[in-house]
Amino acid sequence: MTNDIVIDVRDYNLYYGDFHALLDVNLSIKKKSVTAIIGPSGCGKSTLLRGLNRMNDLIDQVRVTGEIFIEGKPIYAEKRDLVELRKKVGMVFQRPNPFPLSVYENVAFGLRLHSHLSKEEVAQKVEESLKAVALWKELKDKLKAPALRLSGEQQQRLCIARLAAMSADIFLMDEPCSALDPVATQHIEELIRVLKEDYTIVIVTHNMAQAARVSDETAYFYLGKLIEMGPTDQIFTRPARKETEDYITGRFG
Amino acid sequence: MESARKPWNRALEFLIERAIFFAGIISIFFVILIFVFLLKEGVSLLKTYPLKDFIFGQKWYPISEPPSFGVVPLLLGSLAVTMGAIVIAVPLGMGAAIYIAVVAPGWLKEILKATVEFLAAIPSIVLGFIGLVTLVPLVKQVFHLTTGLTAISGSIMLAFMAMPTIVSMMEDALTAVPRSYREGAIAMGATKWQMIWRVLLPAASSGMLAAIMLGIGRVIGETMAVLMITGNAARIPTSLFQPVRTMTATIAAEMGEAVQGSDHYFALFAIGIVLFIITFLINLAAGFFIGRAHHK
Repeated sequence: MTNDIVIDVRDYNLYYGDFHALLDVNLSIKKKSVTAIIGPSGCGKSTLLRGLNRMNDLIDQVRVTGEIFIEGKPIYAEKRDLVELRKKVGMVFQRPNPFPLSVYENVAFGLRLHSHLSKEEVAQKVEESLKAVALWKELKDKLKAPALRLSGEQQQRLCIARLAAMSADIFLMDEPCSALDPVATQHIEELIRVLKEDYTIVIVTHNMAQAARVSDETAYFYLGKLIEMGPTDQIFTRPARKETEDYITGRFG
Repeated sequence: MESARKPWNRALEFLIERAIFFAGIISIFFVILIFVFLLKEGVSLLKTYPLKDFIFGQKWYPISEPPSFGVVPLLLGSLAVTMGAIVIAVPLGMGAAIYIAVVAPGWLKEILKATVEFLAAIPSIVLGFIGLVTLVPLVKQVFHLTTGLTAISGSIMLAFMAMPTIVSMMEDALTAVPRSYREGAIAMGATKWQMIWRVLLPAASSGMLAAIMLGIGRVIGETMAVLMITGNAARIPTSLFQPVRTMTATIAAEMGEAVQGSDHYFALFAIGIVLFIITFLINLAAGFFIGRAHHK
């Protein structure tokens, strides 16, 4: 059972200067599952997500106590290789952010950074990754086109493909559909359901219906604290805590 | 009350509108006036001196008998000094811009930006003077030359003058790259240098090319410093370690002694036209790159 745990957050606290943004967070996430993090704005859900691949390091004056274990290894340990960590734990952002390069070079980006594959091997990886996000058919003749010309949905898929190409196996998604229209949102949700066969996904969302639709587990945060976490159907039908119920039923937040 | 003020307001509005229109039109008018004057005086040379000999002539002997007004040595002098300056200023400026835009901590960034911009405030005659007493002897000594008044001295000095333009424009181009590109690269495990090399520089390339163009424009039009330190020998240069004479320095040095209305006088204006065409093309290229940068 414990072997299934791929992300383990222990007594995690995070401060922005004097502001205590996350308080004693403890939670575990199972391999090849989708975990939704919900809660009102400013509750710390994105902060936690960005803690999982240490993107918060880019912000000045961030201080952290506690530890996060990914596949059993502490990520805040001294001398932890951040390149290795971020290769394994990829991130999908709120607004699709493909690089201003061609479709092909976007997907190959991680390979160019981290590996010395031959041309054919790179081409094969690119194809596999585009197939994994169901973009191959649409784009196989447009690999040289600039990625910024793609539609929002295609761009977001491409951003997932470039993580798949560098063999990340945990995807952190920070409101990945908030810049997309409802149809594109539905497509990305379908993709998430397919991807969980092979990947562990943590998704932050404002959209509770989305959390209910795509996730296996849901964690509810409020004011930097984890209020409740459990199987999604349980959280949405009979939450243990009154605060959770208030938020989910829309009485608050 | 309302009705009493209305005609007043309308009259005021009318006056302001006209004043602004006049201010706008007058600058265009002056540009045209300057261009017409330059063209009229420059073209007058062709009445007595063939165009072919001006453009392809390899000798600039304005007071010999008969005189030769070949622009080639001056053109090559300008190009040699400019190329040298750009070769020095671009890598340095690029390094400085990258450092200021991405690497330096906030407080240092502000100090560096202010310092680089301050460099632009130093009058070129002062830079030329400093170059004359410090750089010229140094160049002579380091390269074992008979004189330090050479193209390379001018290039080094002009590189300093082009730096503020190049650095601040490149820095703007780099800062304008959306933060999300940088974050995306870092989140994929890129190191800072990989991020800069693979994402930031390609994304900012148009703006950086525009910066180089404007740097060239700044250098090729510079007069005082080159007049003081490049030696002013109107010969076709074969290396950067020879004295050269630029187009600008020629005009500045000889305009005082050329008899108004003489061939020599018109020839200096003709040089002015050549210079004008070159800077115009450079600005056009810069405008093209800036336009492309905004388009992305």
